[in-house]
Amino acid sequence: MADLIKVGMADLKLCIPPAGITTLGLGSCVGVALRDTVNKVGGLAHVMLPDSTAIRNNSNIAKFADTGVAELVRIMEQAGAKRSRMVAKIAGGAKMFNFNSDSAMMQVGDRNVEGVKKKLRELGIRLLAEDTGLNFGRTVEFFPETGDFVIKAVGKPVKTI
Amino acid sequence: MSEFDLNHVEPIYIDVLTELGNIGAGNAATSLAQMLNTQVKMTVPKVELLDFDKIGEAMGGEEQIMAGIYLLVEGDITGSIMFLLDERSAHLLTSKLMGTTPTEGELSEMEASALKEIGNIVTGAYLNSLAAITNLTITESIPDLTVDMAGAILSVPAIQFGMVGDKILFIQTGFTGDEELNAFFLLVPDLPSYDKMLKALGVIQ
Repeated sequence: MADLIKVGMADLKLCIPPAGITTLGLGSCVGVALRDTVNKVGGLAHVMLPDSTAIRNNSNIAKFADTGVAELVRIMEQAGAKRSRMVAKIAGGAKMFNFNSDSAMMQVGDRNVEGVKKKLRELGIRLLAEDTGLNFGRTVEFFPETGDFVIKAVGKPVKTI
Repeated sequence: MSEFDLNHVEPIYIDVLTELGNIGAGNAATSLAQMLNTQVKMTVPKVELLDFDKIGEAMGGEEQIMAGIYLLVEGDITGSIMFLLDERSAHLLTSKLMGTTPTEGELSEMEASALKEIGNIVTGAYLNSLAAITNLTITESIPDLTVDMAGAILSVPAIQFGMVGDKILFIQTGFTGDEELNAFFLLVPDLPSYDKMLKALGVIQ
């Protein structure tokens, strides 16, 4: 198999078929895979926090659900994708540690998932599938050619959504 | 407004934080040695400011399976502390504590609970020594343990840093024993806590 394009934490990249794209070890962060269903232009973002407007130091737009999704859409449009034809799949947003604390920090996985969904709704992009929440890390691989979003977790069977 | 700025860390702060890491981990190593009745040496601590995408690499790859024992830090200093070890070292430590032969694969419930206790004791020793030198009150929550990919475990402290900047400050100390142990501490003070620590030590006014 060809090498996969690698997306780091708080990072996003474009992916043109036949290439695939991956991000490793998603914990409470969320991986957002987008693709244009007609010309197959795709991309993947690895966002860490739900809302750029809640944080003063917010220059890194790939870090946040709202600005990260918007930026991914922008670079995909530059590559010829149309927003009206885009669909999304997401994974991650786990709660890696369990404390009897209702602090916002402990709920960040859920909030990241919510932040991504909110932005997708705003942009009119349909969410086709998700594998989110629970308490384990995930590595994801996305193939815009087919739309396959492969999810790998420790001690669990590989799953494609 | 906090004086300590993660985007502009002066070398003297790095030196001081390295020394704190040294003392904390030294104490933790001693407590570990007593608990296991074995020799435990530590490596010279490294303090590094890393970009988010370098975090996984620092731990031997994002998909490297590690055990992370995580505690919330409370009191004058707030934040969190994590004791991280690779899967092999986790089995080795628990078997030493329980007097059994090391196993492989998933940790049993018994091993997980032993590992939590080890994490509790070593992070307690680490924080106690920090409290003693800074004369600050530092307490910790009960621990929680997760065995998973390094990237996923480290996303938790990374997100805390993500709220104030684009880098993560690692105070990383390794241990070696009779047999080699691959274990690290990761102290993640909230931003205002850096000021408090550095002030308590007279490094900043």
